Amino acid sequence: MEQYKINHLRELESEAVYIMREVASQFDNMSLLFSGGKDSIVMVHLAEKAFYPAKIPFTLVHIDTGHNFDETIVFRDKLVERLGSKLVVGSVQKSIDEGKVSEETGYYASRNIAQTTTLLSALEENNFDVALGGGRRDEEKARAKERFFSHRDEFGQWDPKNQRPELWNIYNGKKNKGEHFRVFPLSNWTEMDVWQYIFMENIDIPSLYYTHERDVFLRDGVYIAVAPFMKLKPIEKVERLKVRCRTIGDITNTGLTLSTANNLEDIIKEIAATRVTERGDRADDKRSESAMEDRKKEGYF
Amino acid sequence: MSEFSTKGYLDMELLRFTTAGSVDDGKSTLIGRLLYDSKSIFEDQLESVQRASVKKGSEYLDLALLTDGLRSEREQGITIDVAYRYFATPKRKFIIADTPGHIQYTRNMVTGASTANAALILIDARKGVIEQTLRHSYIASLLQIPHLIVCVNKMDLVDYSQEKYNEIVADYLGFANKLGIKDCQFVPISALKGDNVVIESKVMDWYNGDTLLSTLEKTPIIRDYNHNHGRFPVQYILRSELDNHTNYKGYAGKAVAGIFEKGDEVKVYPSKITTKIQSIHFHKDEMTTAFAPMSVSMTLDDDLDIHRGDIIVKENNNNIKEGKNVEMMMCWMNEKPMLLNGNYTVRHNVKETTCSIKDIIYKVNINTFEKDLKDKIIKLNDIVKVEIATKDTLFYDSYNDNHHTGSLILIDEETNETVGVGMII
Repeated sequence: MEQYKINHLRELESEAVYIMREVASQFDNMSLLFSGGKDSIVMVHLAEKAFYPAKIPFTLVHIDTGHNFDETIVFRDKLVERLGSKLVVGSVQKSIDEGKVSEETGYYASRNIAQTTTLLSALEENNFDVALGGGRRDEEKARAKERFFSHRDEFGQWDPKNQRPELWNIYNGKKNKGEHFRVFPLSNWTEMDVWQYIFMENIDIPSLYYTHERDVFLRDGVYIAVAPFMKLKPIEKVERLKVRCRTIGDITNTGLTLSTANNLEDIIKEIAATRVTERGDRADDKRSESAMEDRKKEGYF
Repeated sequence: MSEFSTKGYLDMELLRFTTAGSVDDGKSTLIGRLLYDSKSIFEDQLESVQRASVKKGSEYLDLALLTDGLRSEREQGITIDVAYRYFATPKRKFIIADTPGHIQYTRNMVTGASTANAALILIDARKGVIEQTLRHSYIASLLQIPHLIVCVNKMDLVDYSQEKYNEIVADYLGFANKLGIKDCQFVPISALKGDNVVIESKVMDWYNGDTLLSTLEKTPIIRDYNHNHGRFPVQYILRSELDNHTNYKGYAGKAVAGIFEKGDEVKVYPSKITTKIQSIHFHKDEMTTAFAPMSVSMTLDDDLDIHRGDIIVKENNNNIKEGKNVEMMMCWMNEKPMLLNGNYTVRHNVKETTCSIKDIIYKVNINTFEKDLKDKIIKLNDIVKVEIATKDTLFYDSYNDNHHTGSLILIDEETNETVGVGMII
């Protein structure tokens, strides 16, 4: 029976494909949240595999904070063109202009929290009844409590204390009008699994993940990219260094790693040796002990 | 963690296990210890636990704080919901379904147990086998988790006494035999001090067995999947025009048991028409075989009318059962009590139909395991034997033969919540 065994990455792949096919069977108007980061790129790759030779049945949704790395947008547009799928861009700038959220000010100003409002409006305006996300349970402790099929009430809110039990491989996506689901096919993947899978499947990822020279400055022990909208404190100095992104988010939240890794194998070695979590450099999670939980309850990714 | 060469990583096996304990028996500490001593904790996580420990006024590093996810859990010092944890050694990758031990949270334990290859049962050495230990073990046997690992914890508080340990082991074994638990191992540990969790105890030299971590690394992974009974529930129909302009109609799904090969004769239920497998694909790859737990898509020799919820079966092995009246063990998962003769939506694998509860045969007294034939009020966390009557015919196996074709859930038609989970007898 030895030959009828698959390795754990293939098992996780099969699980994610199964979840995506469940979504396509149980929902009507489906979206896939695409940030341009590696997890959402893996999600698109899995969706292609799940539905081939048909096109992926999901509309890609990008919540654009307006503070992106240019490379992310270029990568996104090329991917959408290749897939021939629909793209909806929810603009945080537009939400600010319409007065739905207010812009934070000061050195630590971020549009991270504002994104939730834009995300919920984008889902509502397009009548999406489900949004697939690349969130993983190993990322953060509130995420560790998340279901594969996560119910959201009509206000888009998550009730962590009243989640539906999820057993075997049966997923209950039933809902009333106005409610929606967030679905996380990568729930059981770890950061290492994602990188090994990218390597195994030879998936194209943005150049930001590889080493490159960039103007950066050090803030609270973390290197951040210099950008026109970033306010530097008087003591903060701009340096040009060899860095790469371990995660890709909005520029204001993305900590850069000093690295010379220019291929996937080197990245994997670097991740294996690291002693800080992937989100350890994410300013958005550092705000408080329950920063993620609070944002998730409101309807965050 | 630098041992993770790319090559080695691709050969790793996956072990899913669940943990069950009672309030204060140190389950969170044990998981924290397992993660900490296996070097799966990162510096920023550790710093956050250090900060929280100081804030709580704790004298030592409170590893339990590593696993409390929600604010109310930290505030109340209890675990509310199933949490999933991940760690790896060079030999295996592990997924822990960490389930709370309170009486009222039986439903979480059942949830965590449904996908587990192994269960850790925690016993406080000072208290020995208590009611909750029995309850956890009963659930593990009900859900048919293949392996049990009993951790006798807090050995430091009983002076690492071998006598005390042996007493507990004997006590537990007497009870395990009654439940028909076959594979069960014991490890004396102190999660707080780290004895026998990852590192061998220096104090308990009378114990010659494996540490908990090596026990987990050696547990044979008997998959839920049996490779004998071919079962392929049709999940989704893939239709498209291929590059060469022929039409493709594939039945996408997951092989939940058995081995399917190109050219195999198969029978499709409910139509009971026999045909052959024309091709098996996953993405652009054509393959000759598919087996559990692979997600693939199949084409068949004949153009049949097949829908989601139909099931493709290899008839040369075990026959699938069929019926509209099905008996099962059921755990009730909702505050709203079970309605005898009430209607529910039933989901059996991917097949959906409606049903009513025809008969409550007995309720299990979860403390004495006696059958209560009189009490017909079924509330949250109750375990009962019931008979349901379904609108459409179900094609199923017993849970004993196949966890996927032998299990189902009931959904409340008003609230859409999952209210009951059944294991077909």
